Amino acid sequence: MGRYVLRRLLQAIPVLLGTTFLIFAIVYALPGDPLQALAGEKRVDPVFAAAMREQFHLNEPLLVRYGYYLRDILSGDFGTTFRGLPVSTIFEGKFQVTFKLSMTALVFEAVIGVGLGFWAALRRGKWEDKAVLAFTLLLVSIPTLVSGFVLQLLLGVKLKLGTGIAFFPVAGVQDGLRSYLLPGFVLATVSIAYLTRLTRTSLMETLRADYVRTAVAKGMPKSRVLGRHALRNSLIPMVTYLGADLGTLMGGAVITETIFNLPGIGQQLFQSVYLQENPVVVGIVTVLVLIYIVANLVVDMLYAVLDPRIRYE
Amino acid sequence: MVKNPSIDTSLLPADAATEPLLAVDNLHVEFTTRQGLVRAVNGVSYTVNAGESLAVLGESGSGKSVTAQAIMGILDMPPARIPKGEVRFRGTDLLKLSDQARSQIRGQRIAMIFQDALSALNPVFTVGWQISEMFRVHRGMGKRDAMKKAVELMDRVRIPAAKQRVNDYPHQFSGGMRQRIMIAMSIALDPEVLIADEPTTALDVTVQAQIMELLAELQRESNMGLILITHDLGVVADVADKIAVMYAGRIVENAPVHDLYKNPGHPYSKGLLDSIPRVDQKGQDLYAIKGLPPNLLDMPPGCAFHPRCPYRRDNCVTDVPPLYEISGTRGSACHYYREVLDGTVE
Repeated sequence: MGRYVLRRLLQAIPVLLGTTFLIFAIVYALPGDPLQALAGEKRVDPVFAAAMREQFHLNEPLLVRYGYYLRDILSGDFGTTFRGLPVSTIFEGKFQVTFKLSMTALVFEAVIGVGLGFWAALRRGKWEDKAVLAFTLLLVSIPTLVSGFVLQLLLGVKLKLGTGIAFFPVAGVQDGLRSYLLPGFVLATVSIAYLTRLTRTSLMETLRADYVRTAVAKGMPKSRVLGRHALRNSLIPMVTYLGADLGTLMGGAVITETIFNLPGIGQQLFQSVYLQENPVVVGIVTVLVLIYIVANLVVDMLYAVLDPRIRYE
Repeated sequence: MVKNPSIDTSLLPADAATEPLLAVDNLHVEFTTRQGLVRAVNGVSYTVNAGESLAVLGESGSGKSVTAQAIMGILDMPPARIPKGEVRFRGTDLLKLSDQARSQIRGQRIAMIFQDALSALNPVFTVGWQISEMFRVHRGMGKRDAMKKAVELMDRVRIPAAKQRVNDYPHQFSGGMRQRIMIAMSIALDPEVLIADEPTTALDVTVQAQIMELLAELQRESNMGLILITHDLGVVADVADKIAVMYAGRIVENAPVHDLYKNPGHPYSKGLLDSIPRVDQKGQDLYAIKGLPPNLLDMPPGCAFHPRCPYRRDNCVTDVPPLYEISGTRGSACHYYREVLDGTVE
C-alpha cells in the first residue's frame, strides 16, 4: 500500500508539470497586453513598461519564463502580480472559502443523492421512482445561474421578509457555516441529480445479486439486507463520483461564488483572467490540479477499504 | 444430536406428530412476464421427513429451484405469485404466515445452500463475519462468541486452519472451500430442513464427491431433512433416499432412489438414466432425449413430455396424466407407465 501511494504521488509530478505548462502557455497566448490592462484606457509610460517587462521576464521566450516560474514554485513562491502583490497574499483565505463551499455541496450531494437514489431503487417502477427520476431531470435542466438567483430570492430574501428571521444568509461569509448552506446547495444541485441516478442504478444492480438473496435466505431483517449486505457493495461507483466531483465543484464554483458574493477562488480566478493577472491564474490552477490528484488518490485507496478484492501492491 | 432448542412449540398443531417434517402440497407458482404468464410450478407435491433425503431431479426450467425458493419464501413477489398450494412445515402452512413469523423460520429452521458459492457469498465481508452473523442476529450473541462459533462451524465442515482463515474473504478460498463455508453458514443454527440447490454444479468432480459426502454426514449427525436439488443423476444415488423427477413444472415420477435407478417408471426418467455416459459403451454415440424442453409460455397440451416421448399415443396429446400410484411409495405421471416399467417400447 505504501509503495502504491508513493508511486501514485510520483506519477503526479508529470501531471502537474504538464497541466501547469499548458495553463501557462494558454494564459500568455491570450491576446492583449497585461501591462496595458493595468493602465486601463491610459497610455503606458514606455520606460515603466520596459522596466516591468524586464522584471517579469516578459521578453524571454515562453520556455524560459516557464523555467523561472517552476524554480519559484519549487521554492514555495507563487510569484507576484503585475501590481506587485505576492500571489500567496491573494490566495489568503480564498481557498478556505471555496473548500468550505465545496465540502458543504459535497455533503448535500451525498446525503440527498444517495438518499433519493436508495429510495428510488427500493420503489423501482412505482410512482415514487418515477417522481425521483423526473425530479433529477428537472435538477439537471436548471442552470446554476437560475437556481442560484431563485433560491437566493425565495429562501434568502422572501423568507426573511416573511418571518423576520434570516434563515439563510444571502451573501458573504460573515455568518460562518450558515453562510454556506444556500450556495452549497445551489452548487450541488446538478451533482445531486447525477448521484441520485447513479445510486439508483448501482443499488438496483446489487439487489439482484446472489449474495443479497443469500442474506434473505439467512433470515436477515430487510433493513440489514439493504443497509449492510447491499449498500456496501453498491458504494464504489458513488465514492468514485463523489471524489471526482470534489475537483469539479472547487473549479466550478465561479458562478455560485459570484451570485452569493463569496470571496472564494472561483471569483478570484474569474477576475484574474479578466485582468490578465497570469501568475494568479496559473497559481490557482496548479493548486486545483493538486487537490484533484489527491482526491483521486484518496478515492482509489477507499476502493481497497470498500472491496477487499481490490488490493494494491 | 441435540435439536434446535428454540423450537417454538406454539406453532405446532396437535397432529404435528403424524405430519411429515415438510410437505409441499399441490404448489403452483406463476410469473408475470412481459411475454405473458409463465406457470413455472404446476401442482408439485412432495414430503421430507426428519433424517430423510429427497433428491429433486430435473433440467433447467423444470421448476425445481422455484419450488425450493417458494419453500424458503425468497421468491420475488411480484413478479412471482403463488395462486394455489401449501407448504406445511410441521403441519403449519408457511404460505399463510406473516412475514414476521416466516423470517423466524427462514435460515433458522429451514436453511438453504446455493449453487455458486462465489456469487452467493458477500464479497466484501469476511467469511467469519458472514457465518457469525447468524448467531449475532438470530441469537443475540456478542461479536467474540459468535466468531468462536464460526470457527467451530468451519472446523465442522473441515476447512483446514479454520482459526487462521476465519478472517479471510470468500475470494481467497477455492471453490470447494467456499461451498463448505456456505454449508457452515446454513447449518449454523441447526436447521430441521436443509435445501441444497445444485450445491456441486460449480465444482470439480472430485470436489463434488467430497461436498456430497459432507452433506450426507452432517445430515446423519443432526437428523435434518435434506432436499437436494440437482440435474446430475450421478450425484443423487449415494445420498438420496427418494427421488422426485420434475419436468415442465410437474413431478413426473417419484420413487425410492434404488427403485428408480433399477427400473424407471416414466419415459423422461428413463431417458435421463439412459443418457448417463457409461464406460462399457465407449465409442458409441451418447444417448440424448430427442427435442427440447417445452417453452413454459406455450406448453404443449396433454402430457408436457409427449412431443419428445417414444411411448406417445393419441391420448397423450389430449389428456394430462395424473400421478398414477404404482405402489405405496412410487408414482408416475405417465398413462403408459406399465409399459415403461416393463421396457416394452415398440
